[in-house]
Amino acid sequence: MMTFPFLTTALLAPVIAALIIVFLPKEKVKFYKTTAAIGTGISLFISLYVYFGYDQATGGLQWVDFGRPIPWIADLGVTWHMAVDGLSLPLLLLTNLIGFTAVFASWNVSKRPKELMILLLLLITGVMGTFVAQNLFIFLLFYEVVVIPIYIMVVIWGSSKRVTKEYAAMKLTIYLLIGSAFLLVGVIALFVKSVALSGTADMSFEALAQIDFPEQFQIYIFALLLVGFGSLLSMWPFHSWSPDGYAGAPTAVSMIHAGVLKKIGGYGLIRFAIYVLPLGANFWAPYIAVLGVIGVAYAAMSALAQKDLKYLVGYSSVSHMGYVLLGLASLGVIGVNGAVAAMFAHGVMASLFFAMIGFIYERTHTRYIPDLGGLSHYAPRLAAGFMLAGMASLGLPGLVTFIPEFTIFLASFEVFGWLAVVAIAGIIITALYILRAGANTLFGPANPQFKGLQDLKGPEMVPLVVLGSVLVIGGIMPSLLFDMIDSATAPIMTQINAALQIGGR
Amino acid sequence: MIEFALNYAWLVPLLPVLSFLTIVFLTRPWARLSSAVAIGAMLGSFLLASSLAWGVFTNPAFIEEPLHYSLRWLGMEGFTVNAGILIDPASAMMLFMVSLVALLVQIYSTGYMKGDPHYSLFFAYLSLFAASMLGLVISSNLLQMFIFWELVGLCSYLLIGFYTYKVSAREAAKKAFITTRIGDFGMLLGILFLQIQFNTLDLLELAAVIPNFAQLGVSLGLLTLIAILFFLGPVAKSGQFPLHVWLPDAMEGPTPVSALIHAATMVVAGVYLVGRMLFLFVEVPGSLTVVAFIGAFTALFAATIAVTQREIKRILAYSTVSQLGYMMLALGVGSLSASLFHLWTHAFFKALMFLAAGSVLHALHNKADVWEMGGLIRKMPITGWTFVVGGLAIAGIPPFAGFWSKDEILLVTWEYARHGHALGYLFFAFAALTAFLTAFYIWRLIFLVFFGPEKANDHVHESPLSMTLPLLVLAVLSGVAGLIGTPWTNLWSTWIHFGDAHSGEPAYLLMLLSVVLALAGIGLAFILYCKDQDKQAARSLAKKYPALYNLSYRKYYIDEAYTWFTRKIVDGGAKVIYLFDIYLVDGVVNGLAALTKGSGQGLKYLQTGKLQTYALIFFLAVLVLTVAFNLDSANALAHLGGVK
Repeated sequence: MMTFPFLTTALLAPVIAALIIVFLPKEKVKFYKTTAAIGTGISLFISLYVYFGYDQATGGLQWVDFGRPIPWIADLGVTWHMAVDGLSLPLLLLTNLIGFTAVFASWNVSKRPKELMILLLLLITGVMGTFVAQNLFIFLLFYEVVVIPIYIMVVIWGSSKRVTKEYAAMKLTIYLLIGSAFLLVGVIALFVKSVALSGTADMSFEALAQIDFPEQFQIYIFALLLVGFGSLLSMWPFHSWSPDGYAGAPTAVSMIHAGVLKKIGGYGLIRFAIYVLPLGANFWAPYIAVLGVIGVAYAAMSALAQKDLKYLVGYSSVSHMGYVLLGLASLGVIGVNGAVAAMFAHGVMASLFFAMIGFIYERTHTRYIPDLGGLSHYAPRLAAGFMLAGMASLGLPGLVTFIPEFTIFLASFEVFGWLAVVAIAGIIITALYILRAGANTLFGPANPQFKGLQDLKGPEMVPLVVLGSVLVIGGIMPSLLFDMIDSATAPIMTQINAALQIGGR
Repeated sequence: MIEFALNYAWLVPLLPVLSFLTIVFLTRPWARLSSAVAIGAMLGSFLLASSLAWGVFTNPAFIEEPLHYSLRWLGMEGFTVNAGILIDPASAMMLFMVSLVALLVQIYSTGYMKGDPHYSLFFAYLSLFAASMLGLVISSNLLQMFIFWELVGLCSYLLIGFYTYKVSAREAAKKAFITTRIGDFGMLLGILFLQIQFNTLDLLELAAVIPNFAQLGVSLGLLTLIAILFFLGPVAKSGQFPLHVWLPDAMEGPTPVSALIHAATMVVAGVYLVGRMLFLFVEVPGSLTVVAFIGAFTALFAATIAVTQREIKRILAYSTVSQLGYMMLALGVGSLSASLFHLWTHAFFKALMFLAAGSVLHALHNKADVWEMGGLIRKMPITGWTFVVGGLAIAGIPPFAGFWSKDEILLVTWEYARHGHALGYLFFAFAALTAFLTAFYIWRLIFLVFFGPEKANDHVHESPLSMTLPLLVLAVLSGVAGLIGTPWTNLWSTWIHFGDAHSGEPAYLLMLLSVVLALAGIGLAFILYCKDQDKQAARSLAKKYPALYNLSYRKYYIDEAYTWFTRKIVDGGAKVIYLFDIYLVDGVVNGLAALTKGSGQGLKYLQTGKLQTYALIFFLAVLVLTVAFNLDSANALAHLGGVK
């Protein structure tokens, strides 16, 4: 059967590329950039292969590496259990789409490019691991792996104006760590309880989900996980790391962080918190919805007041994560499908946005909107990429972001009524800040100061072409994404609803 | 061919998509090739649409039984979307009209846009627009329609802002997008409500279930709310009060765009959509009254603005707003037939007038003030005389197209009033007054621009054939397009109607009234702007009533009010929230960090490594402990190591 460890290979490809780069001489810049591109390219290819080879009709965990979980720490129930289902696959694909394009977005970085590539590759592996690990312990392990490269990358390659990049790096890291501290407490309590209840030590999500934890216990633990995953997902009021962090980070980190890393929060909420603790989820759902709605409106309004492009997209991403929370809080198939799809869609959009902003910054050395203007006259392709990302951000139908938003609206409007309307009204504010930023950055009279500005060319076109195509294809054929997600959420939500039927109300 | 067209109707929107892709990815460097691709694809769409329309209109079966096929596009438990095609006389008419006008406008653009550095891109955008508009027209599902609805909005945005170096164009494009988005927000809520309450968005299925709303547990109040929320989308898209503000500004786009998108096709999408959803509106009479009122009010309101405007395209834009009001009014009084009839004739005569205005602007190098023009008809006879045809059509002079459709609207409004709707008389009065004002402002424009003494414009000459040919075709259509809906042989209303086909006696008195109003308007314009060579009377009128004049000229200060709201309330609110974020939310975060850091700072003195300090602390601690536990001295000394 499918015993070849495809997923482990995908995880190792960037690591091996990083190892090769370590031993390459510093001057061979082209060479190790190509190596990085090949490493991430292999992972991207594997994730595409696995995505389209996944049998949706059967569903469940497939492409299990080595055909079974490999025991690792038996006493703690830790196994090397790498497998994917409809929930992990879109995010795995997303990680590699962004990882691959992030290499090209950093193509022209001149400051210590070697170290940048190495850290970037490690970061990609770390993020990827969280989405394919089916064991809680391994999931957390990969999550912690992510923190280290991020800190170094922001401190060395970052840039910021409002706050120092050291502050941004510290804030980002500490938030990640505090989030994981909450998670760790929750996980340990959960594991101890699970051993007490079931008598066996097993840290796989599936096994944990089979255990009926008492309702009070679920509510406490869910709260811990919510703070942990929520701050990672930039849930209001634990969001303030996000704009500062993205503004401080170099392009590749902003792309990966906004694109996929914060999605670990949303993924963790559904894969772990909601799946294992349905009664806890049910208790907290209305609160999550409220925080989500506040996040949408509050961050959209804050984005409106921004003058720095990266801050704008940073707040915008907080706002979009509010939609994800709202979708999850509906605790129904439509809303959860929408939330997962929205994470994918937002990832593609945000990373394209950050790539384009990175290119603008590289060329003009400013991200301050009033200093920019008329760029489309010199760099039409850059402008097209910027506007494409912007249109996706404001949820233009026909692009990948629209149907996820629509399904979230549908589910949350049905469950939460008029509360959801506040979030839906966010589409107006979003249009306002996106179009203003686009107009003031790209259009208007040509600014002679930017004369001779280079348009995107060569490797720089990769992010635009790859991510842009995904935005359009996913918009025209949303079922490519939704059928996949639905194959996982439909059974999960059935199981959760069954638990809710028994467990109380 | 007809059979083929009916079976492959999806090719009609697909052909322009292909030309869009071809131009963007292949032929962009070669301008003329790009326009040839676009026009070729559009011609293909037009031929298909024509045979399709012929097939539909010659076969009465389509009137009762629309052609409908669809495919699963998206599905999950509780939410399925089947995208597909719905062909009935209304959509067949729209396909024909849209592809025809798009074709003519593209031919015109080969002349008008000649030499523009982004010539290819312009044709790519026009193709994308045509594709989205045609897709909107034949959609069988509301969500599918909404997608195309937003895509035409996107094309409108791109084309209004086509001259990207102009700040005014950039701002107008943004304004158009955001204003229509406000409407779309309401419409989206309406669509969500429909999906939640009726569990389908398929137009035919909705038409079947909505009449039974009471059995499905939907209250009349809720259904009214749904209809009114839904109506917000068309209000914005079709430039109805109070979301009309974007349409006049949209004239910043190249003139062919104004003709195609902001006169003939996209702006009527709102009317078409309400027509498509009339089965919803008729269930809740309250919502129909809202539609009628907004329509009648907009018609009059925009006409009163048009009478004082000075820019040639702005006058036409307010005229469009006003005419769209007519169409909404007709829907509001329940007549799909009259509304779409006016939509049909208006498309031709308004596209004609815009293209003719474009021809004038082309000749005058974009000097747009009508007061600075004059006598152009001698230099530009084709442009001038075709504009006159358009002027006769919109004013409502028989047998030109506008007369029949406007008369039909007046008639249905009158009948609506007679059937016990007291408000109907008000609507009728609005509509009649608008008819008078329409004739007046259009002929004011015509007399100022084309007649009277020539102004200093020596180099003015007639536009090339590529531009005049579409004008001639549209002039012919503006002449005859109304003849299929005369009261004597009303083919139109047998094809396109909602409920029973309208078949009244010809109302001669009403026709007379309509003609008298039109002639009065033209006559007044003649007296003020043609006979009176130096326009003393007109100027002194403006001087005599400055408040009224300014109210109209400044468009009732609505733009100013909206700008104030956006700047002060929205942006102000944004600033407040942002400050809250960095000082309060982040303040707490930084405060916690400072607390941690501060306590670390303080505590670090406990580990200085200096022995003396440790000894001191040790001694002090003993002292404190001694006092605290109130031990007697002997015992305390014993505890301190047995020293006695």
